[in-house]
Amino acid sequence: MSGFERHRRSGHVIATFTGFEADLLRSLASQMVELLRNERAEPAAPTADAFEAMMTEFSGATTIPDDPVLARLFPTAYPDDEESAADFRRFTEGGLRDGKAAAAGAIIDTLEEAGLPPELTEDGLVIDVELTHAEAETWMRAFTDIRLALATRLGVEAGDEHYWHSLPDDDPRAQAHDIYEWVGYLQETVVEALTAG
Amino acid sequence: MDLVSAASPVEVEPTLTPDEITFLAKPWVTLVWDDPVNLMSYVSYVFQKYFGYDKAKAEKLMLEVHTEGRSVVSTGTREEMERDVQAMHEYGLWATMEKAS
Repeated sequence: MSGFERHRRSGHVIATFTGFEADLLRSLASQMVELLRNERAEPAAPTADAFEAMMTEFSGATTIPDDPVLARLFPTAYPDDEESAADFRRFTEGGLRDGKAAAAGAIIDTLEEAGLPPELTEDGLVIDVELTHAEAETWMRAFTDIRLALATRLGVEAGDEHYWHSLPDDDPRAQAHDIYEWVGYLQETVVEALTAG
Repeated sequence: MDLVSAASPVEVEPTLTPDEITFLAKPWVTLVWDDPVNLMSYVSYVFQKYFGYDKAKAEKLMLEVHTEGRSVVSTGTREEMERDVQAMHEYGLWATMEKAS
């Protein structure tokens, strides 16, 4: 397993993935895109006010998403002011969703342009990725979203590494936690590569 | 039709001291809260990149988030803080805003 590094001459951020790793990253990024595009938050209660319903439809959600992952990705900006929180969400959540979906989509596109086939069949496939500074920052943000999603689903807490490592290897949660740690490692190396320049 | 349209300091309430004016113009703060997921190096990178803080200031704020659970990362008008909170959410940081106390 190797992470990202800065290419000395070009200044680009580069990494080499096995076919398995690239396929796994694509799968995580695809799930992120699906999650962001699927569940649109609805108003908490059906409203009799047709105008308000229309405004919600046109301008975006006003209440915190039901899905805990989306609730973490789009936190309440004004914890003590429901009305301002709703307004903030109405004006920002749609754009934030699009931006995060685009960042995850960029990972998928880059991996496929680098030679990852739609279905991974070949053994020994190697995928070389070369990112500009701006592209690497996009990957870095998408890694954050993926890690937040995995951690929220798993219920990761501060200082609980010992618990996860004590689970049997064949426990699916242990495997998901391994993936969470791997994406963290990738993110750490992107940050290092971006800072090295 | 206005013959003179330029704002003039004459319009500023003459009883305010400069300190009060600054206070009134900057009544909001952006807070970033600790979470068990985001990497310390990443949080510091975001503070440098987005706010333009130098490494020392970014790391001080990051450590404050980590050890105290939250930190004020920027101060400004309500509109400015809404932009900052939105940007922090773009980066996956848990940010909120409130009136400066």
